Amino acid sequence: MPPALSIRNLTKTYASGFTALKGVDLDVQPGEIFALLGPNGAGKTTLIGIVCGVVNASGGEVRVDGHEIVADYRKTRSIIGLVPQDVSLDAFESVWATVSFSRGLFGKGKDAGHVEKVLRALSLWDKKDEKVINLSGGMKRRVMIAKALAHEPKLLFLDEPTAGVDVELRRDMWEMVRGLRATGVTIILTTHYIEEAEEMADRIGVISKGEIILVEDKATLMQRFGKKKLELELVEPLSELPAGLAERGLEVIDDGRRLVYSYDTQGERTGITALLAELSSEGIRFRDLETRQSSLEDIFVDLVRERA
Amino acid sequence: MNFHAVKAIYTFEMARTFRTIMQSIISPVVSTSLYFVVFGAAIGSRIETIDGVSYGAFIVPGLIMMSLLTLSISNASFGIYFPKFTGTIYEILSAPISYFEIVLAYVGAAATKSMMIGLVILATAAFFVDLQIQHPLMMVLFLVLTSVSFSLFGFIIGIWADGFEKLQIIPLLIVMPLAFLGGTFYSLDMLPPVWQTISLANPVVYLVSGFRWSFIGTSDVSVWVSLAMTLVFLAICLGIVSWMFRTGYRLKK
Repeated sequence: MPPALSIRNLTKTYASGFTALKGVDLDVQPGEIFALLGPNGAGKTTLIGIVCGVVNASGGEVRVDGHEIVADYRKTRSIIGLVPQDVSLDAFESVWATVSFSRGLFGKGKDAGHVEKVLRALSLWDKKDEKVINLSGGMKRRVMIAKALAHEPKLLFLDEPTAGVDVELRRDMWEMVRGLRATGVTIILTTHYIEEAEEMADRIGVISKGEIILVEDKATLMQRFGKKKLELELVEPLSELPAGLAERGLEVIDDGRRLVYSYDTQGERTGITALLAELSSEGIRFRDLETRQSSLEDIFVDLVRERA
Repeated sequence: MNFHAVKAIYTFEMARTFRTIMQSIISPVVSTSLYFVVFGAAIGSRIETIDGVSYGAFIVPGLIMMSLLTLSISNASFGIYFPKFTGTIYEILSAPISYFEIVLAYVGAAATKSMMIGLVILATAAFFVDLQIQHPLMMVLFLVLTSVSFSLFGFIIGIWADGFEKLQIIPLLIVMPLAFLGGTFYSLDMLPPVWQTISLANPVVYLVSGFRWSFIGTSDVSVWVSLAMTLVFLAICLGIVSWMFRTGYRLKK
């Protein structure tokens, strides 16, 4: 089975001279949820725009389900659904009409049953006759998703799908995305919310300054780059670290009330036992301790900072 | 051919017309009726026949043509500009639809609307003047060709425009004056020779003349020249639209 999306040496230079993509290579497998992370201006939206036909590429090749996106645009576009970053809707149309319009536009005949299913799945059924202009911001975003799903796409792009939506709606959308994946839809999402990628994605790609700097299975990424921190709450504040402890890379925070020790989860020895023994021999007592795994956000920030 | 997509856009555009029926259909009918009252009844009663017909009947083809031109342009330019303005153009560009199909749907809808209005104006005119149509097939041909050509022209303006001002500027500053000076209210014979020659540079003259010929059987310029000029204009518009889509001009980044 060909990859759901295959990108080779994709470049894009805008008329202004700005190069948004510098030879991107990427494969996304059928049925996976792939999160593309990157700071503003990294090239995420340009990349999606090219795959969907909204932006012209300067060079390279993109295939969707094995079909080249320019030569075989009818085939590729009919299996792609796009939810863009900005909410853009025909304000005076009803929800039903605008979703049905999208289905027709993507070459599918009328199917009231499918449109109803999509609207119900997105909790829009009771708003089906409402004009878009009368909907709340969150509801409008749901309509955007309903439009993208109207033609039963196999590959769905969600460009910052939950930007500016409340926590409840975000959770609902995550549920919906998982439900779609269960039906075999491949999902590529870009997000600023690391929490979202951490919660949803099978694999994560990090893009920075038009280059993919890392593509990794989420679990592997967390394991590979993840560090743990041990925090000790001291009984008495420390004014200065004893020389032996300073060599272990300990951090003193909170006016000497807490010590932080970072260690690699992949290492053969964590050094915790030796550290605790040394603290005891130095007469440093603690009343509590906790450990914390570094989040995807920490990893992402470190990766992008390294490339800056 | 993506028939579903063409139908979806066409139906969407037509639905917009019927949703705004007052603005889309009734208002041109009212304004054309006013032309008849002022030019046909009030002023026309003091003018002798022109080319063998009453002044009221003489201006009917010109008035219909003027409405066709302005409405075709505004329908088509608004139809494609509005999705650009609201951002919904992303959906059209990402759909499995060819450029030809996009143009067919938008221009087809715009031309349909203006033809509908042209026919409504024709029916309205019948209440005011005694109408005769000597060449009905040619009348329909001119009606269709003009609507399609100027809808294409409007489509070009809609893609070119990056603001509402630009959307209005060509119809108001160029098309409307050309329509007024294109023989809608007079025969070219009534002008001094030098103005007759200058008028031949006005493309609207050929449209009005050809269309009028289909009604009363006489015209300022040969009907075949009129037809040829209309086809040339159509071909130029098709060429420009084709270039715009090929290059993504003001549509794609």
